[in-house]
Amino acid sequence: MALPPFQALIDTHAEPVRRFLVATAGPGAADDCFQETFIAALRAYPRLRSGSNVRAWLFTIARRKAIDHHRARRRRAIPVAEVPDRPAPLAGPESPDGDLWAAVEALPEKQRAAVVLRFTCDLSHREIGNVLDCSDAAARRSVHEGIKRLREVWT
Amino acid sequence: MNDRLETELRRGPDADVGVGEAASRLLDRALDEGLVSVAYARTDSPFGDLLVAATPRGIVRIGFLHTETEESVVGQLAERLSPRVLHAPARLDDARRELDEYFDGRRKRFQLRTDRALIHGFARAVLARTARIPYGSYLTYGEVAAEAGSPRAHRAAGNALAHNPIPIVIPCHRVLRSGGLIGNYGGGPEMKAALLRLEGAGVG
Repeated sequence: MALPPFQALIDTHAEPVRRFLVATAGPGAADDCFQETFIAALRAYPRLRSGSNVRAWLFTIARRKAIDHHRARRRRAIPVAEVPDRPAPLAGPESPDGDLWAAVEALPEKQRAAVVLRFTCDLSHREIGNVLDCSDAAARRSVHEGIKRLREVWT
Repeated sequence: MNDRLETELRRGPDADVGVGEAASRLLDRALDEGLVSVAYARTDSPFGDLLVAATPRGIVRIGFLHTETEESVVGQLAERLSPRVLHAPARLDDARRELDEYFDGRRKRFQLRTDRALIHGFARAVLARTARIPYGSYLTYGEVAAEAGSPRAHRAAGNALAHNPIPIVIPCHRVLRSGGLIGNYGGGPEMKAALLRLEGAGVG
């Protein structure tokens, strides 16, 4: 079976991919990450094996773009003379709506991606394993641990 | 179970930029970077909607959406040309304007470039000859076959015309059966007759 037209990927997946990026990269960076994700996907698309799980493939790219964004932001961070006595929340001014998304952004990256893929984007555990490059069982554990952590900090 | 945490996670975060705006910025960038192999858009006509598609070389496909679906036309483009197929109406402004003028009786010749990537073999010669039939006149299948180099191949010529990927612009409606019989047409024989009437060809 041939690859579907790229427009079909945009029509089906643009909205969930954008939600994933708002939740993982923050609303300020989500649009740039969205552009980067779909441009990278469009470049690579003709080489994708037909029959691949296109959704998991797109989210794999999106996750990488969100990670790249966080790395770049850390590199840009201004060094301070004194080490603060407690870690600043990762979310800070970029946090979306209130405490929940700040708490999501404070999760370890893998748990954050797993929780958002599971609930906000409605992926199966198998697809999440595909995106996170781990087994279904490991994906399940990451979702579970992320949710457990969120229940502790968000009520 | 009504779990507030899971409900909030499913609802997702609020965002300033809507997905429509994000997708339109994406399209601009994809076009700028030359990543769109096939651009397509719908346009209307007196016979129903058309799907018009172009590569950077020119118009490659016109589909009649009263006889085939958008999904199947666009899917075939992805399969036969490139999967980098995007809905990009701005790339088809010229084509849509010329088609409007044609259906309005104000245009007798298309200035559009065509990309004949979907036309192979004997059909190339047949459709090249067909493209030169002037507005308001017509040839028979036999005549087109002969002028394309195979006088006895009128059946093959008919087949090539039936699969013309760029109807209207390559005017396969100007090829009739001998004796002035209308013959078949991708958009239906009524549409073929109506196009010939529009052009004042004195048949139909």
